[in-house]
Amino acid sequence: MDIHAPAFATHDALRVRNLTRRFGENTVLDALNLDLAPGSFTALLGRSGSGKTTLLRTLAGLDEAPPEARLDLPRPAAVVFQEPRLLPWKKVWQNVMLGLPSSGARRRAEQALTEVGLGHRQDVWPVTLSGGEAQRAALARALVREPRLLLLDEPFAALDALTRIRMHALVLDLWRHHGPTTLIVTHDVDEAVLLADRVLVLDGGRIAADIPVDLPRPRAHADAGFAALRRRLLTELGVDQKEAA
Amino acid sequence: MPDTQVAAAPRQLAPHASATTLPARSAATARKPAHKSLGSRWRRFVSPLVLVLLWQAASMAGLISPRTLAAPTTVLASTWELIETGELPYHLLVSLGRVLTGFTIGVTTGAALALAAGLSRLGEEVVDAPMQMLRTMPFLALVPLFILWFGIGETPKIALVALGATFPVYLTLFAGIRGTDPKLAEAAKVFGLDRRGLIRHVILPGALPSALVGLRYALGSAWLSLVIAEQINATAGIGFLINDAREFLRTDVIVVGLVVYALLGLGADALVRLVERRALAWRPGLLKA
Repeated sequence: MDIHAPAFATHDALRVRNLTRRFGENTVLDALNLDLAPGSFTALLGRSGSGKTTLLRTLAGLDEAPPEARLDLPRPAAVVFQEPRLLPWKKVWQNVMLGLPSSGARRRAEQALTEVGLGHRQDVWPVTLSGGEAQRAALARALVREPRLLLLDEPFAALDALTRIRMHALVLDLWRHHGPTTLIVTHDVDEAVLLADRVLVLDGGRIAADIPVDLPRPRAHADAGFAALRRRLLTELGVDQKEAA
Repeated sequence: MPDTQVAAAPRQLAPHASATTLPARSAATARKPAHKSLGSRWRRFVSPLVLVLLWQAASMAGLISPRTLAAPTTVLASTWELIETGELPYHLLVSLGRVLTGFTIGVTTGAALALAAGLSRLGEEVVDAPMQMLRTMPFLALVPLFILWFGIGETPKIALVALGATFPVYLTLFAGIRGTDPKLAEAAKVFGLDRRGLIRHVILPGALPSALVGLRYALGSAWLSLVIAEQINATAGIGFLINDAREFLRTDVIVVGLVVYALLGLGADALVRLVERRALAWRPGLLKA
């Protein structure tokens, strides 16, 4: 079975069939099927322990998929984790270029960092960055690889609300500009509705709900349709409306 | 899913942060009373100076006989004399040579073993158990065995120094390698680093703070080993100078030898500090300094 075949280099659609992941007795993903259109922006919602991160890790190639699963994944893939995961002993631009050939590295890193608004901080140590800046650097590190699949694992969960708003705008900008097939894992319903074309809810190891978002961008909480969609998603996630209010 | 607040610390430095506190009580500092107060630089010199003055006064008043302890002025005069006759430089070079050779061998061995044990399962199984067993033994107790094995020439002395340096380097580098943040390693993997790249860009730099602490311990240990080793039938070196002086009740020369030992230790420690400052410039504590 050819799991990490280079076939996906030719097309950008993501296709997953029959993906099952078990940890001991616990079935986290149960014969899951998933299709993502090329260049689409999808949000994956789910309760804690619903297997969101497990799915993302498999898509990133961090976890081995079982042999019976069939995966067609766009490559190269890049991941932005919840923590920036910058190497503290490398300058910011060196972090961005990690694992890439060094020819013209500096210039490419500078470009990517400028694009995320961090051009002036490329030559500092990561410790001196704020949380938001560090996450921007992590975004630049993902983008510089020109990924066809961009995986975001709760990338803004640790940021303060104001920084998060700026990061949302930045991510949308970058997505529009580069057009990778994007999947963001989040537990924040608002974030999902603000960013994605399509929201998936993961429950019981499968995609339990698949909801298109056709609100025009840029979106705001006050938009018509936002609240309704939000309510629907919360219901899918099993949150009582009184609790949510 | 990781909780929002818990993960709010975006720095990956936590595992190394503890290392910043360690160097304070390493090698050379152990030789002088550890003054924790951060008062002005001059104030720190006052009490040692007073002690020396008291010592001088007591010697002059005849309270301390020269057989017990020579007066500071005598020590100074003897130092000058030993330098002038070329005796001190000669013995110093011999001692330095021993430490340098033994230390190099020890650090190389310790590092090689730590790399083998740290980077491969098989290596760990083969290397770590015997190392952990051996390290519990006070290695200075090996002196009699070393004399039997290597005689009383240079070999047992250098071997002892090497042994003293091996264990601190092994233990700290091994711990440093194993302490690699798995999240960083994972990220590096996603971004296309192969095993070699991972070792070079993630594991070794991550282990460096710990390894440098080990290097300072190793220096202290090597120095201690030198002192002991030079008691074994030496015909040259600072230890010989001291032993020889004992025969002639020259407490002044003994003190000179002790001071030289202390200064060498201090110098070596300063050297490692310098290396640390250069190599660990990325650490938050050092950024402010």
